[in-house]
Amino acid sequence: MIKIFNLWKSLGGKEVLRGLDLHISRGMITVIIGGSGSGKTVLLRHLIGLLKPDAGSIFVDGVDITKLNEIELNEFRKKFGMLFQSSALFDSLRVGENVGFPLKEHTTLSAREIEELVREKLALVGLFGVEHLMPAELSGGMRKRVGLARAIIREPEIILYDEPTTGLDPIMVDAINRLIMDLQHKLSITTVVVTHDMSSTFKIAHRIAMLYGGSIIAEGTTEEIQESQDPVVQQFIHGLAEGPIKVG
Amino acid sequence: MIAFLELIGAKIAETVEEAGRIMLFFWHAILWTFRPPFRLRNLVKQMEMVGVNSLTVVTITATFTGMVLALQSYTGFRRFGAETLVGTVVALSMTRELGPVLTALMVAGRAGSFMAAELGTMRVTEQIDALGTMAVNPVQFLIVPRILAGIVMLPILTVLADVLGMIGGYVVGVELLGINSATYVRRTFDYLELEDIYNGLIKATFFGLVLSLIGCYKGYHAEGGAEGVGRATTSSVVLACTLILVSDYFLSALLF
Ligand SMILES: Nc1ncnc2c1ncn2[C@@H]1O[C@H](COP(=O)(O)OP(=O)(O)OP(=O)(O)O)[C@@H](O)[C@H]1O
Ligand SMILES: [Mg+2]
Repeated sequence: MIKIFNLWKSLGGKEVLRGLDLHISRGMITVIIGGSGSGKTVLLRHLIGLLKPDAGSIFVDGVDITKLNEIELNEFRKKFGMLFQSSALFDSLRVGENVGFPLKEHTTLSAREIEELVREKLALVGLFGVEHLMPAELSGGMRKRVGLARAIIREPEIILYDEPTTGLDPIMVDAINRLIMDLQHKLSITTVVVTHDMSSTFKIAHRIAMLYGGSIIAEGTTEEIQESQDPVVQQFIHGLAEGPIKVG
Repeated sequence: MIAFLELIGAKIAETVEEAGRIMLFFWHAILWTFRPPFRLRNLVKQMEMVGVNSLTVVTITATFTGMVLALQSYTGFRRFGAETLVGTVVALSMTRELGPVLTALMVAGRAGSFMAAELGTMRVTEQIDALGTMAVNPVQFLIVPRILAGIVMLPILTVLADVLGMIGGYVVGVELLGINSATYVRRTFDYLELEDIYNGLIKATFFGLVLSLIGCYKGYHAEGGAEGVGRATTSSVVLACTLILVSDYFLSALLF
């Protein structure tokens, strides 16, 4: 269970988060939607302690992670896996070493066992025989999937996905959506997905929260969001240029 | 006039602030140095990186510096018939001053800037953040091995520079300028004391810390894409070289 209370954050002289409240339920898939630049990535970075809020608190399993020191935070992050929007692969390590990195750091598994798990997870994201390649040799979509494999390899309690399906072809989008649902279903992983891909959202979400103007303006099940009377929500989920959200 | 003073004031405040941030960063690195796990593999890799990156340039600089020292001091000493002291001058200048300082400047330009560029790239492409999210402290994983590598490798490279400089001086003095070989060698070691070498190496160790700390600090805090990485790299070299030359004076005054 993740509870966010009254989160404020300014970046580069701009108030990105303005008193944001949100509860994320254990073992479910919560999708956070919102326009480009609305602060979805900033919110996600707060959940794993990469950013400290100007005000407010974030409770994960009853612990306020905004109050943890560096060492406690390091310990706490073992619960988490995170897929970065930009994949953030280590470009000095091969693909196989990238995916196996969390296991090498935090488990006593042998090199052979790690190799086996790496191959298994890469297969889950539709990649075969790429272990020895360098990240620079991959396409953007392949990098994203390697990042995904790295995020899930330890099967953590909580996984944060920043735009897991952007830049993938439609068949791969479906495969990744299934993977996210499978993982959540099989291991009841608490899953937070940030995206502006509405068809994926409706396919995978147990709950949807919409971020707009620095706070969550609507939160509920897929049906509740689809039936929302809020014109901002309606405009966003139907992808209309006309409406309260101004283009540009 | 007031505006001018304000400008100077702001500049000083900025400098003091940055110095404070660098010290804080250093303190962090010290704390994470003594906390397990100890990352020996990373350390060895970084030592190799510093050594390999700098070997050629240190070799060339030290040899030619020794050679030109011999040439210049010969020209001077000949005026009062003291040519045989060339060996002494080369030995003392290299071990006490030029060995450590030139090595440090060269390594700052090669390995220090490489650290800034590499870490800066990792910062702006979120690789450092990614490391953190995988519960690996980036200071411990990335910074500590680099700083230690600087501290360990600089004295080693300096010894090499001292030796090469003296060989360069010998070649020019004996082979080119015709000073008697036995006299040259005797004069080299007559006045050279162990203390000269030690103190040179103490300076080298300090310079190694300075250049790796600055390279790491600038890279670790890079922001603003590729341009920011470029800025971090350049400013790491400028700052490291300045600090090396300034601290060289004070260390010399203190040690000798
Ligand atoms: N480090 C930073 N410094 C200054 N401003 C920042 C920084 N990070 C984010 N911002 C600003 O915060 C706002 C939200 O950024 P964020 O990356 O969270 O958007 P997003 O919702 O993830 O968008 P997208 O869907 O395009 O990824 C943007 O206006 C951005 O300019
Ligand atoms: Mg984003």
